[in-house]
Amino acid sequence: MKILVGYKRVVDYNVRIQVKPDGSGVVTDGVKLSANPFDDIALEEALRLREKGVADEVIVVGIGPADLTAHLRNGLAMGANRAIHVSTAEAVQPLTAARVFLKLIEKEQPGLVILGKQAIDDDANQTGQMLAALWDRPQATFASKIDIADGKATVTREVDAGLEVIEAELPAVITTDLRLNEPRFIKLPDIMKAKAKPIDTIEFASLGVEAHDHLKTTHFAPPPKRSKGVMVKDAAELVAALKQKGLL
Amino acid sequence: MSKILVIAEHLGGKLNPSTARAVSAASAIKPEAIDVLVLSDAPDAMAAEAAQIEGVSRVLTIARSENAHALAAVLAPQVAKTAAGYSHVFAPSTTFGKDLAPRVAALLGVAQVSDVMSVEGSHTFKRPIYAGNAIITVEAAPAHTVVATIRTASWPAAASGGNHAPVEALSVEASLPTHTRFVELKQGSSDRPDLQSAAKVVSGGRGVGSKENFDIIYKFADKVGAAVGASRAAVDAGFCPNEMQVGQTGKIIAPELYMAIGISGAIQHLTGIKDAGTIVAINKDGEAPIFEVADFGLVGDLFKIIPELEVALG
Repeated sequence: MKILVGYKRVVDYNVRIQVKPDGSGVVTDGVKLSANPFDDIALEEALRLREKGVADEVIVVGIGPADLTAHLRNGLAMGANRAIHVSTAEAVQPLTAARVFLKLIEKEQPGLVILGKQAIDDDANQTGQMLAALWDRPQATFASKIDIADGKATVTREVDAGLEVIEAELPAVITTDLRLNEPRFIKLPDIMKAKAKPIDTIEFASLGVEAHDHLKTTHFAPPPKRSKGVMVKDAAELVAALKQKGLL
Repeated sequence: MSKILVIAEHLGGKLNPSTARAVSAASAIKPEAIDVLVLSDAPDAMAAEAAQIEGVSRVLTIARSENAHALAAVLAPQVAKTAAGYSHVFAPSTTFGKDLAPRVAALLGVAQVSDVMSVEGSHTFKRPIYAGNAIITVEAAPAHTVVATIRTASWPAAASGGNHAPVEALSVEASLPTHTRFVELKQGSSDRPDLQSAAKVVSGGRGVGSKENFDIIYKFADKVGAAVGASRAAVDAGFCPNEMQVGQTGKIIAPELYMAIGISGAIQHLTGIKDAGTIVAINKDGEAPIFEVADFGLVGDLFKIIPELEVALG
C-alpha cells in the first residue's frame, strides 16, 4: 500500500508573527520556515505504518514555489521514499489543494492519505475533509490513534465530547491531531541519503485543476490586546476583588 | 437578500449551545431567513429546542437511521442537498462543525470561511490566522454559497424561549455512503458544568504536577461551581483527558471568569482564553507569560494558595 502525505511548509511555530503596519500581510521575509507540525505527525505515522509492514511506500507532497524542494528533502530525510512537488508561485487555498491531491491520487492510487488537521499559518482545517468529499471516500479527522487491518482503518478521534472511534474502509483520508505520535528527529546520515531520493516536479498548470480561490483577504490586523491587570498580594485580596466584580 | 441555513449540533438528544451561537452570527447578517437543520435518527426533541431560539425562522429535520451518529461523510450529502436556495451555510466551529462543513463546501464546489469572529457584511468576515496572532478580513464571492464555521467564543448564544418557529420534516433524496461507521464514543462522565459554555472555568496546568494532584483543581472548581479545563501540557502529561484541553488545538472558550492555575501561558493556550471576561492567574513563576493577559495575578505555590482561597470563600 502507498501512503500519500501532505507536507506543507509554514512559518515556524516559534516565530512571533508580526502584522505589517500597512495591513497588507504578515512579515515573512527572513523568518524561519519549517514543516507544518501536524504534517510532521502525518509523516511520522506513515513511516510507522511502513515499518510495521502495513505500507510499502510513503510519498510526501508539497505545493509551492521552486525552492520548496529543499523543504521536501527534509521529508525524504525523515524517511519518505519519494516526493512530489507541485510547482506554483501562487499560494493555494484549501479547495484548490484538495483538487491537486485528487489529481495525484488518480495517478498514484494510494491506500491511505494522511494530512495534518490544519496548517498553523491559515488555520483553515479544511483540506482533508474537502479531499475526502471530492474523492467520495471516508474521512477520519483529528486522529489520535490509527489501526489498519482487514482493509479498514480504525481511528480514534479527539472530539469535543471525548474520544470517538470510527471505522473507515480504505482508501481513506485521515487528518492528524497532536497526540497521535511524536515525530522522529532527522539524523545527519539520513540527510545525506535523502539527496539520492527522487523528487518529481509537476507544474500546477499541467494538472488541469481549476483554481477556485473564492476568498479574498483584504486586510490583516494585529489581534486586540488584553491590557495587563493588577497583581494581588494574597488569596483573601483575590477573593475580595472577584466578589466585588460579582464573579464569585 | 440572504437566507442562512444553520446546521444544528447535538449530542445525547440535546441541542449543543454552539447552535445558538451560530444563530447569533447568522442574525448579524440581518438575513431574510435563518433556518436550522437538525439531522438525527430522532430529531424531534432537538428541533423543539431549536424552534425556541430567537431569530430562527424555521427548523428543518431530516430523520434517518443513518443519522444516529454525526459522521461527516453521511451528513454532508444531505446538507449539500438542503443548501440549495440558501446564500449561506453556517456550522459551529467545534469538532462537529470543523469535520462536517468543509465536506459540505467541497460538495458544493465552494470555499469555506473558517472560524468567523465577526460579520462585516453579508460576504465579509473577520477570522483569526496564525493561532490568533493576526486577524484577517476575508471577502467571499457573492456568486457562490458561503460555507462558514462560526468561532463560538466570539458570539453569545442567541436568546431562547421567546420563539416558536415552525418545524418541518424534510425527506432528502441522497444516497448515503456506508464506508464510514461509528464504533463508540468514550466520554468522561461529569456532573460539572460543560467546559465550552460554562460561566466559570478553573484550569490546571503542568504546575499541578500529577493526575492525583489534579483533585485539588476539581475540588476547588466544585466549590466555586466552575467547569474544569487544562493546558495542553497537562493533557500531554496524562493529568487529564483530551476533552479538557483549552487552547488553539483544544477548546476555545469565553467564560465570564477564567482561573488559570499552574499554567505558564503558552501562546496556543492564550489563544483559547482571550475572549474570557476576567482572567485570573495563579503561578509560582512571577515571570510567566500568563500574567501578561491576567486581570488579576497572584504569585505563589498553588498548593498553598488554593486552600487559602477556599478559606476566604467561606
